[in-house]
Amino acid sequence: MQYFGKKTVTLIMTLFLVSVAAFLAFQIIPGDVVGSILGTEATPEREAKLREELGFNDPPVVRYMNWITGVLRGDLGKSWRYSKSMNEMMPVAELIGDKLPVTLWLAVLSVLLIVIVSVPLGVFWAKSRGRAADAVFSVLTQTAMAVPSFFLGILVTYLFGMVLRWFTPGGYVSYQDNFVGFLGYLIFPALSVAVPKIAMTARFLRNSLLTEMSSDYVRTARSKGATEQRVMYGHVLRNALMPVVTFLGMIIAEIVAGSIVVEQVFGLPGVGRLLISSISTRDLPVVEILVLYITAVVIVVYFLVDIVYRMIDPRISHK
Amino acid sequence: MTQDESRTKVYRLKGLKQRGNPYLWIGLFMTGTAVLMALVGFFWTPCSTTAMSAAERFCAPSPGHPFGTDNFGRDILSRVMKGAGSTIFISSLVVFFSGGLGIVIGALTGYFGGLLDEIVMRFTDAVNGFPSILLALVMISILGSGKKNLILSLGIVFTPSFVRIVRSEFIRLRDADYISRARLMGVGRLRILFVHILPNIFSTFWVSVMIGFNNGILAESGMSYLGIGVRPPDASLGEMLSDAQGYLLRAPWYALAPGLTIVWIVLGFSLLGEGIRQSSGEASDGR
Repeated sequence: MQYFGKKTVTLIMTLFLVSVAAFLAFQIIPGDVVGSILGTEATPEREAKLREELGFNDPPVVRYMNWITGVLRGDLGKSWRYSKSMNEMMPVAELIGDKLPVTLWLAVLSVLLIVIVSVPLGVFWAKSRGRAADAVFSVLTQTAMAVPSFFLGILVTYLFGMVLRWFTPGGYVSYQDNFVGFLGYLIFPALSVAVPKIAMTARFLRNSLLTEMSSDYVRTARSKGATEQRVMYGHVLRNALMPVVTFLGMIIAEIVAGSIVVEQVFGLPGVGRLLISSISTRDLPVVEILVLYITAVVIVVYFLVDIVYRMIDPRISHK
Repeated sequence: MTQDESRTKVYRLKGLKQRGNPYLWIGLFMTGTAVLMALVGFFWTPCSTTAMSAAERFCAPSPGHPFGTDNFGRDILSRVMKGAGSTIFISSLVVFFSGGLGIVIGALTGYFGGLLDEIVMRFTDAVNGFPSILLALVMISILGSGKKNLILSLGIVFTPSFVRIVRSEFIRLRDADYISRARLMGVGRLRILFVHILPNIFSTFWVSVMIGFNNGILAESGMSYLGIGVRPPDASLGEMLSDAQGYLLRAPWYALAPGLTIVWIVLGFSLLGEGIRQSSGEASDGR
């Protein structure tokens, strides 16, 4: 319990530091951007008015406080590029709102795929040590890890979309219209994100299993007459999966990064695509919120992995 | 620590003579061909990379155009050579920058420790946890896109991983017997750092250089694919892929050529890294 409290304090501190970093990076370093927002319509009066409106005249600490309290209350600021109507800038919250679920589901599906495929694969691989399959897996996973997710996405589009026609490339189905269809389309981008990570995780699990199999308790279990099945699934696998949980937590960041790129390949209207287009147009308030959001998600996932690890490993839970 | 222990803990690269190391040889072959192709591409390409030809649009691979032609009738092989060149060039600069900075910061923090070490470590911990491509995107969005900013931001983003590895090696070696003896003999601090310790961390360091190189290539091509890295008219593998995607049905070879080149380079460097690790004194069980 004390551990949990300590971790929570660290979590909040980290989130605070990240928000300060994002604020500094996007609101202080770029300086006065009023001219670039107004573009050709800039006049001194308009600039002064906008500057006042965006709060550029306040000292940084006040600006940070205003910004962060706004963010916490759901007021995420306003986009510089998208407008709602002639004289009103688009609130970032509205811009992001319906894009979040797309990215979230993509990441969730990817993680599911990774877990479902890599665990049996890792177990099978470890069992086949020294046989031909061992070498085959080794070559396959090495290669899979070298394929960038966007190229994999293109390959998936070609194979499943154009040759096999299992889905229509670019034919994204909104989750609001048809949730099953949405997941059906999403499975292909998720596959592109997942394959290199499946290779990594399977490799990691295989090594973890082989390390466990040479430990004393395995010899003891065998000498007591336990079958190979029982040794593997009753003893070794459970122990070998422990580091894999941490490993999965560690690659969450990469899965999120992979999703950002893969959204572009499949034309998914998620936050990754918005992020890229906002970077191209230098729409900093949108980039700022998205970065803050993605970072926060990654930090919270690390936090949860720590907690889960603590819960499933009885050896470190009662200190 | 006894003398024997410290001796065995100093890893040494046993040279390239080691025979039973397929990783090293296959890795060398793959990276060698890629680098050679890219180097040749700087000076000579089979066809012009910009000459367009309406008659030769979307030619399938043939002896005249081994990788086929693209939507403007340009020779894909020539463009892949150029693209691989700029991708490898950018990643080399990135690795050079971040590796160099990593050695200096890692050496100082690892050897001296103390408050500075603590601060730097918290910082690298924070950076290491995040998707590198996201951080690079953040820097690009602040600095603006373009080749220079791409190199700068990737260089900064990759530095912490080098700092971490160099630091842990310096911590491992700073109390080794030969170092304390050198210290007793009155060898200067800088000399200890860079003449006595540094050469002994190279085998570990080279492995991380290979990994860094791979990450650099993946990040560069990913960002160029997204349109925020290298921009046309500069050829880049990522940018070619994003072009090719539009003509996937018509000319699948257009996407395959740059894509497989990336896979070839990345696979080559990761095999090379594995090979170096296996040929260094460090026992490896395939991890």
